Order: sequence, then structure tokens, then C-alpha cells
Amino acid sequence: MTFLSYLIQGISLGSIYAIIALGYTMVYGIAKMLNFAHGDVIMVGGYMCFFATSGLRDRFADGSVAQAVIPNLAGLLLAMFVCTLLGITIERLAYKPLRQAPSLAVLITAIGVSYFLQNGAQVLWSSNPKICSSIIGKGVLSLGQLSISHVILLTVVVCVVIMLALTWFTGNTRMGKAMRACSEDKAAAQLMGINVNATISMTFAIGSALAAIAGVLFTSAYPTLQPTTGALPGIKAFTAAVFGGIGSIPGAMLGGILLGVIETFAKGYISTQVSDAIVFAVLIVILLVKPAGLLGKQVAEKV
Amino acid sequence: MKKYLALLLALAMVFALAACANNGGNSTPSEAPSEAPVETPSEAPSEAPVETPSEAPAENPAEGATAAFKLGGTGPLTGPAAIYGTAARNGAQIAVDEINALGGIQFELNYQDDTHDAEKAVTAYNTLKDWGMQLSLGSVTSKPCEATAAKNFEDRIFALTPSASSTAVTEGKDNVFQMCFMDPNQGSASAQYIFDQGLASKVAVIWKNDDVYSKGIRDTFVSKAAELGLEVVSETTFADGNDSDFNVQLTEAKNAGADLVFLPMYYTPASLILSQADTMGYAPKWFGVDGMDGILTLEGFDTALAEGVMLLTPFNADAEDAKTQAFVEKYQAQYGEVPNQFAADAYDCVYAYAQALEAAGATPDMSAADLCDAMIAQFTSMTFDGLTGESMTWGADGAVTKAPKGMVIQDGAYVGM
Repeated sequence: MTFLSYLIQGISLGSIYAIIALGYTMVYGIAKMLNFAHGDVIMVGGYMCFFATSGLRDRFADGSVAQAVIPNLAGLLLAMFVCTLLGITIERLAYKPLRQAPSLAVLITAIGVSYFLQNGAQVLWSSNPKICSSIIGKGVLSLGQLSISHVILLTVVVCVVIMLALTWFTGNTRMGKAMRACSEDKAAAQLMGINVNATISMTFAIGSALAAIAGVLFTSAYPTLQPTTGALPGIKAFTAAVFGGIGSIPGAMLGGILLGVIETFAKGYISTQVSDAIVFAVLIVILLVKPAGLLGKQVAEKV
Repeated sequence: MKKYLALLLALAMVFALAACANNGGNSTPSEAPSEAPVETPSEAPSEAPVETPSEAPAENPAEGATAAFKLGGTGPLTGPAAIYGTAARNGAQIAVDEINALGGIQFELNYQDDTHDAEKAVTAYNTLKDWGMQLSLGSVTSKPCEATAAKNFEDRIFALTPSASSTAVTEGKDNVFQMCFMDPNQGSASAQYIFDQGLASKVAVIWKNDDVYSKGIRDTFVSKAAELGLEVVSETTFADGNDSDFNVQLTEAKNAGADLVFLPMYYTPASLILSQADTMGYAPKWFGVDGMDGILTLEGFDTALAEGVMLLTPFNADAEDAKTQAFVEKYQAQYGEVPNQFAADAYDCVYAYAQALEAAGATPDMSAADLCDAMIAQFTSMTFDGLTGESMTWGADGAVTKAPKGMVIQDGAYVGM
């Protein structure tokens, strides 16, 4: 029973990592850059949802269906809208000028953007933590002694849906094919008549919208929201993406969930003190055995 | 391309300028503009005048700027622990205003932001030193205060910290004193209290293993509990970066049959623990420490979750005595919330200084080092009555002796037990 409840907790935590990792891996897969600001876009999404829900909730009668649905829906939509705009703006201002620059410069810029967003949030919204309310209430599904909160069920479902949708999108649509072409060879894609800049902007727009969804779900599951909220889950999710094979969409989901499960088991059965060390030791072992990650493709470089 | 770059730079400049403007008279020219947003107090501008050092002399034109003792302190005015820093600053400001209005000893108060970060605290300390600080209020939280206390010792500037409770703050420094309990005292006092009141027989402890404050309290709590025969059935930890999911820790405590969970930590992780335990349907007794103070003023926090949480704190805003009531009333009028223990500690610090300076016959033209010697002599010998305790005394090691009060949260407010 303890095993099962740890497993469920691990999957819960992992599904949150997975949903963040999906955004990371998608941007990396197409634009071939690590967008370290991804975690902070999540934080912005959380704040947008918080403001929309707390601002609108009082306008509806207590306990009515409208109160349960409209503020939360508005919060999600506002978060997605603002984050998409933010993602496109960041790409346009910070990354586009560096398209031809060495990847190290882009990496450092991404870290800079991350700090800019954190400090900007601190100036705008103060650093005092805010407690978000869950977008689908506090319900719990009980199965005997086991309990799973509705937020987690929703997160797992959303995660699977996003993974399938992204896989379909990149595989079957014109835009998706353009994205894959860009990821393989930007110059060749341009020669084939693909608008590389528009494609990369689109990638950031989708990645940021995913970050908004992740932000809303993250703050629903772990309600304390502050300007640094996104930073550490972002790093963990990045780890998950590498674990699963960065650039691979199903890999991000698998990596996220495995990371959550390993972390929870390490905490529960070994020690809460060294759980992170164990998680990263597992990561090192996996990368030694499979350098491209669990589902990553080994691409032979032609010289 | 250049156009966008220029736009971005312009935007960054506007940000930095706006931030500097907010900072009022306090911003120093040496601060790099890029750092400004971090250090800017993010509160409404209406609070800004509180920080402006020129306020005190303006109110007492007869005294002139030179006739005031320069009192400086650092604390997290922004960042995750901002509730403590702002409370301490506000409490100290009220005391300074009251004392200055009496016309005797005059203070000039200067609080700098350290965002609960040791490096920033040293920068803030240096700013205060350049400003001419004669007496220090140390830092509000433990980690930064360990850094600034070392500087205080080096520079021979006397420090009385309102709330930095770790032992390392005062250890080996003859001129650093504390107004709050030292961590070991908090841990053993909590264990003693739980035992005396018969609150529980099986206890779980969840603590933060990368924080001296949390570890210090946990260490003495566990050893005192062993001494008293309180059984610690589960002990789990978390750390920075691992502080949002507590399901495993709670499951372990639940499975071990703990009927009380001791939480030696700050309120931000504590709020998550309470809400996750609620989702799990786990309802033990909760026992916190002074870092729990502040949980009720978290924006959006469902105070029903904290119902029944107990904590040991030396200050009770509901106390009946006239002194406490006057302070609470004034604080509410000026800052719109009920003061917590940190505000009261800082308030007491300023009054303790006033009493010691008066007894020593000190004058504002004395050097910091001379004042330091005078203060050491006074603090080790005097008895002080404040909001956070009657007849407090200090040992040569800088630790205070006073009686803790047990508090419990009922209907969203602290009530004495």
C-alpha cells in the first residue's frame, strides 16, 4: 500500500515535470537552443492565472457554476495569451538577433532573460508569496486507502493530450514539417522556401503557451507562487527532458514521469536527505549508457 | 535589428530608472543599475518615506541631524522572507518615532534590503557603514546575519539583532547580541512545552537540511525529546529546489503514527505542507517555531488550513497589557496589519538601545567603537522590560533570557495558550 501510494505520488510529481519538459524539449528540438527562461514563463503564467481568478471570483455568486468555471477559464486563457505574447517578444528581442551567434552566447542570453523575468516580476508583483487556488477545486479521488487529487488526474490527462497533439502536429501538418526541416538544417530549409524566422517564432509561441498551461497546473498542485517559483521546476524539467532524450516529445513525458517516480522512491525508501543526489546519479548512469537519453535519436554526423 | 536592440536597451533603462526612483533617498550611487530592481523595496511608494533617513531630523528641527544616533540594519525587504524584514523595519520605525518624539535620545534609522542573502547583506552592511552607522540592528534573518555579524565584530560596531536566532550569529563575538531566542533554546523549549502540556507522545519532524536556522532547532529539539522520552517516530527533510512536494514526508509521518508534526521552518514551505496534508486527509497537531509567524498574512492563504497550529513565540498581539495594545494599534494604523513577533522584536531592540544609551550617558558624537564598549557593558548588566518579555537579561555570549509564550491559531488569529 505504501508502495502504491509512493508510486502515485511519484507519477503526480513526474507529470508536472513532464508537462514543463514538453515545452523545453519542443523548443530545443526545433530551434536547437536551451530556453532557460522557460521556467520563468511558467511563473508569469501562474501570476496571470492568479490575478484573473482572484479578480473575477468575487463577481459571481458564491457556489454558483459560473463562479466555478468562468474565473478559472479566464485565468487559463489570459495566462496562455500573455505567455504566448511574451514568448514571441523574448524570441524577437533576445534570441533572433543572435541567430548566427555561437550557441554559448544564446545560452547566456537565455539565462539573462530568465533573471530579467524573475526580477521584473519581483518589481511588479512584490516578492511576498501568493497562494493560488486550484483551477479545478480541491477534490480528491479516493480508491480505498489511496487518494489522488483531481489536479493530478487533470495534469496526467493534459500531459498525454499535449504529447499526442505535439507528435501529430510536428509529424503531419505543413507547419510541423517546416519545423522539423528547420531543426535539421536551417539554411537548406530556407532554400526550400521555408520562412525560418516565422517557423521559429511559431515554435516559441507554442512552447510558451504550453508553459502557461504548465504554470496554471503547477500552481494548482503546489499553490505557493513567488517570482522564483518557475526557476527550480524549470531546471528539474530540463533534467527530465535530457533524461528522456532532449528533442524527443514522448521522451520528455517519459523522462518527467520517471524522474518524479525515482525522486519519490528515493525520498520514501532511502533518505529524504540525499534524494536529489540519487536522482542525478541515476541520470548520470543513464547518460553513460545511452548518451542521447532514453528515447533520443543518435544522429550520425557526416563530416 | 539595431532598432530592436535600442528598444530593448531603452526599456531596460526605464526599468532601472523607475526602480531607482522608488528607492528614494536610500539608493547609493555605487549600486549598478542592473542590480537596482533586485534591491528595490517593492512596497507601495507610500511606505518609502519611512525609510528616508532625513525624516527624523525634519520632525525635530531643534535637534539637528548631528544629534541623532545612526542606527542601521539589514533585512529581507523583498524576496521570499520579505514579511520578516518589512515587519522588523516597521516595528523599529515606530519605536524610533516614539523615542524621538520624547525629545531625549534621538535616532536616525536606516534599513537596507538584503533579500535574505548573505552576500547582499554584506553589501547592504557596507552601505550602512559608509552612511556612518554607529549602532547596528544586525540582520533580520539568520543566514545573512552570520555574515554581517562577522563584519560587526571586525569593525567594532555593536549589533543587537531582533530575530536572527542561529548560534553562529553570536558565537565568538563579544559585541553581537540577540533579542530573540537562540535556535537551540527554541528547539528545547518546544520539546519541553509539548511534553509538559502532554500534547503528543509520537512526534514527526520535517526540517530543511540546507538552512542553519531549521537545523539548529531540529538538533536540540530531537536531543531534548530523547531526554524527555518523547518519541520521534519520523524525521524527514527537504532543501531548496525540493521544497514544493511534501507528500512523501507526510506519508511517512502518517504511516509512523505521529500525532504531532513539528515544523522548524519558515512559513512558505509550511503553508504548502499544511495544504498538502489537508488534501491527503492527514490531520495531526502542528507545532511551529517563530518562522511560522507570517503564515496568516500570506496573500490568498486559506487560514482555515492553519487552524489549530501551535507555535512558541515571545510575542502575543492579543495580550491584554497596555504596552502591547498601544503598539498593535499604532502598527495597524500605520501599516494596515497585525504586527508579528519580528515587528515586536525590532521595536524592543530600539527601546533596549535607548535604555542602554541613557544609562551609559552616551552621546551621538561618540565613535562607533566607544559606543560598542559602552553597550557591551550595559547589555551584560541591565534588565529590560519589553513587548517580547519582562525582565530580560543578556549573557556575555549575547543570548537573551526570557520566557516563551505558547500560541495557537484560532479563527485566523493568534491566541495565547
